[in-house]
Amino acid sequence: MADVERHDYDVVVIGAGGAGLRAAIEADARGAKTAIVCKSLLGKAHTVMAEGGIAAALGNVWPEDNWKVHFRDTMRGGKLLNNWRMAQLHAQEAPDRVLELEEWGALFDRTKDGLILQRDFGGHRYARLAHVGDRTGLEMIRTLQDAAVAKGIDVFMECTLRHLLTDGERVTGAMGYWRQSGKLIAFGAKAVVLATGGVGKAWRVTSNSWEYTGDGIAMALEAGADLIDMEMTQFHPTGMVWPPSVRGLLVTEGVRGDGGTLRNKSGDRFMFKYIPAFFRAETADTEKEADAWYEDKKNNRRTPDLLPRDEVARAINSEVKAGRGTEHGGVFLDIATRRSADYIKRRLPSMYHQFKELADVDITKQQMEIGPTLHYIMGGIRVDPDTEAATVPGLYAAGEVAAGMHGANRLGGNSLSDLLVFGRRAGEAAAEYSKRARAPTVDDAQVSAYAQRMEAPFEKGGDENPYKIHSELQDTMQELVGIIRRRDELEEALARLERFRARAARASVTGSRVYNPGWHLALDLENLIGVSEAVTRSALIREESRGGHTRDDFPKTDPEWGTKNVVTRKRDGRLNITTEPIPKVPAELSALLGEDKPTGDAATGARTPVAAGDD
Amino acid sequence: MPDTQVWVWRGDASGGDFMPYRVEADEGMVVLDVVHRIQAEKAPDLAVRWNCKAGKCGSCSAEVNGHPKLMCMTRMNEFAPDEHITISPVKTFPVIKDLVTDVSFNYEKAKTIPPFKPKPRDPDGKRRMYQEDVERVQEFHKCIECFLCQDVCHVIRDHEENKESFSGPRFFVRLAALEMHPLDANERIDLIRAKHGLGFCNITKCCTEVCPEDIHITDNAIIPLKERVVSAHYDPIAWALRRMRGKKDEFAPPEPKPPSA
Repeated sequence: MADVERHDYDVVVIGAGGAGLRAAIEADARGAKTAIVCKSLLGKAHTVMAEGGIAAALGNVWPEDNWKVHFRDTMRGGKLLNNWRMAQLHAQEAPDRVLELEEWGALFDRTKDGLILQRDFGGHRYARLAHVGDRTGLEMIRTLQDAAVAKGIDVFMECTLRHLLTDGERVTGAMGYWRQSGKLIAFGAKAVVLATGGVGKAWRVTSNSWEYTGDGIAMALEAGADLIDMEMTQFHPTGMVWPPSVRGLLVTEGVRGDGGTLRNKSGDRFMFKYIPAFFRAETADTEKEADAWYEDKKNNRRTPDLLPRDEVARAINSEVKAGRGTEHGGVFLDIATRRSADYIKRRLPSMYHQFKELADVDITKQQMEIGPTLHYIMGGIRVDPDTEAATVPGLYAAGEVAAGMHGANRLGGNSLSDLLVFGRRAGEAAAEYSKRARAPTVDDAQVSAYAQRMEAPFEKGGDENPYKIHSELQDTMQELVGIIRRRDELEEALARLERFRARAARASVTGSRVYNPGWHLALDLENLIGVSEAVTRSALIREESRGGHTRDDFPKTDPEWGTKNVVTRKRDGRLNITTEPIPKVPAELSALLGEDKPTGDAATGARTPVAAGDD
Repeated sequence: MPDTQVWVWRGDASGGDFMPYRVEADEGMVVLDVVHRIQAEKAPDLAVRWNCKAGKCGSCSAEVNGHPKLMCMTRMNEFAPDEHITISPVKTFPVIKDLVTDVSFNYEKAKTIPPFKPKPRDPDGKRRMYQEDVERVQEFHKCIECFLCQDVCHVIRDHEENKESFSGPRFFVRLAALEMHPLDANERIDLIRAKHGLGFCNITKCCTEVCPEDIHITDNAIIPLKERVVSAHYDPIAWALRRMRGKKDEFAPPEPKPPSA
């Protein structure tokens, strides 16, 4: 038996971003003995980088706003592929979750009446995002972190959990290693909540940090759980492009929400060429109307700069492909023309700081150079909408790692609210489950087998540099499974992924087990490659263009595909990809969505750019 | 681009030394990029913490040429072409390995701070605060917990023995944020003096100088806290009123002074 530190809890929450912290707070409040296990120090998870705000129909700026409008915007933004029940719960509960943060000490920016101020964002009909300048994620994670610490919840920091333990029927715990010492650790748990975020580090140009290696998705898959919609990846339209060291770094959508305009190298406001039929009724089609909207939102339609992210990212990609991009392969984002230096510094302080310090650009005077960056995955673990239970008993998932809520494309601001709404629900359901579940029996043989797998890189004396494999993987996913996809390229990606897998098995590790990033990466590669395969295979099967998935060879949005989830399962060590019907929206909610469906060709940049959705 | 050479401290709790590494330089590179390139090409086990790479998470704190810095926000072009560049772990906390230190001191101190406790709501069930009232606390909420202020604070940097009874600038900022929160109703003044060691601070402003978020730690957090402690404990009228009201003092802090250069 390997030397493995052991702990037992009712509920183990893996991940300490917004969803994990909120889940743990809820599980603890409901009397479950709860642990939070996270790869980084507490308070450093990806939520801290969220900038623009948290979407909730509080109605503080627009009394007309309510959950029904938010539900509609979310579903239409997701190209109607969303799980309707999740979108409904999210829209209904987000306001309470935001107000709850205020009860725990969060300080959002205020309206003149002293209420929480809300800002405009892409795809939201009304100014809806509660925010703190452009550092909303920091406010949120610190508030949750302090609340969790005040409750005395046990936190295992810098501890990577790598495998779920199972008894053939249900989850019995999880296992991994302490990053600091390299020692192995196993948790027996009645319920496990995965809140591990996404897999952005499989791509070259990404806003995601090293932590985003698809751990939760890979662990769930290995434990037998279903994934859905893995082809749905979000390229945020505005990442930094220059200098090379900051390529991919996020530029908040708040820049456009607060008055920023996209232009190509000739200074043209190209977004007017890319307004899809699905959004035409609510989008300004002249510069005059778009400009007027900033001052008079009642009598003008919103600027196409604030179309949903998938539309804007594709438009930018098309402009660059057509030779109308900047010197460094991006387009311009300009807020200096419309807003004063004081306004920009007050509303967007970290954008000002980030460009000034890292790119020598003063955004109060100069244009920013931006381009799409892999930001988020809408796909992930299939969950029950009310309880966030995965398809394996005892397993729950919340936040980016779970799927369904955002359909084919997530609206900006809907992630932070997702974390809170479904984090809380997952924590509640996991705690309730743990009360009725019998004590788990941890299988020592399974623990030993996983221990061997984790220790293997030290013993094998491999000849492959894990950093090099990772770098080549990022290039492959960027080039072949990027913003625009094609059958032959996806097949080439699968062939390369197989080769990466073989090479990763020979990853070399030097040095001791104490805080050894080379070893950690060698182990992460398996998850990165495995989840990349699920994305690529799902992308291959969905022969249409919708939201975050655009096929050059199938540019049409196909109503038939709009009724299907792509489902990924792992059986006998192999991925099995099928399609299943998405749950039908009940009539009373369907009426909120409008009659029209997304149709037409997506702008792939392969031909003269036409508006996606044009007939 | 020419190569760049840096000296990185390699070692663990038992000791270590600076090791030279030469890697290719890119335009716009920051110190953290250089460290990553060293990891990828020369020293795969080089230990370093990082997350956001954009100055938002406070993970990659280190001492660059002896100055406490976020490696992700320190551009290589800040240094002269032939400058001898050293990268070492923060000094105030025990080394685990290479650039990674044991910062658990901070997480232990955080547990000792009485949490936010909200006042009752307005009669209509809402909570109202005005922008001008929240702004001074929002300054404190900018803290990214990089702990560079803790690193540079001489009360604990060179005096291990003070750590028991001194929480450091990070937590004075936290305490100030709670004390000045427009909705907070918890009691901390006694504790700030007795347990967190505010009296140890002699206002040298080193913390303010290194704060990457430009929080005026000394002027806006520490000095007003000191004044609150003094008022609560040594001003007999304030003391009596506080006892009668059973809550903390309500008075404005002094006008912020410009930070020292």
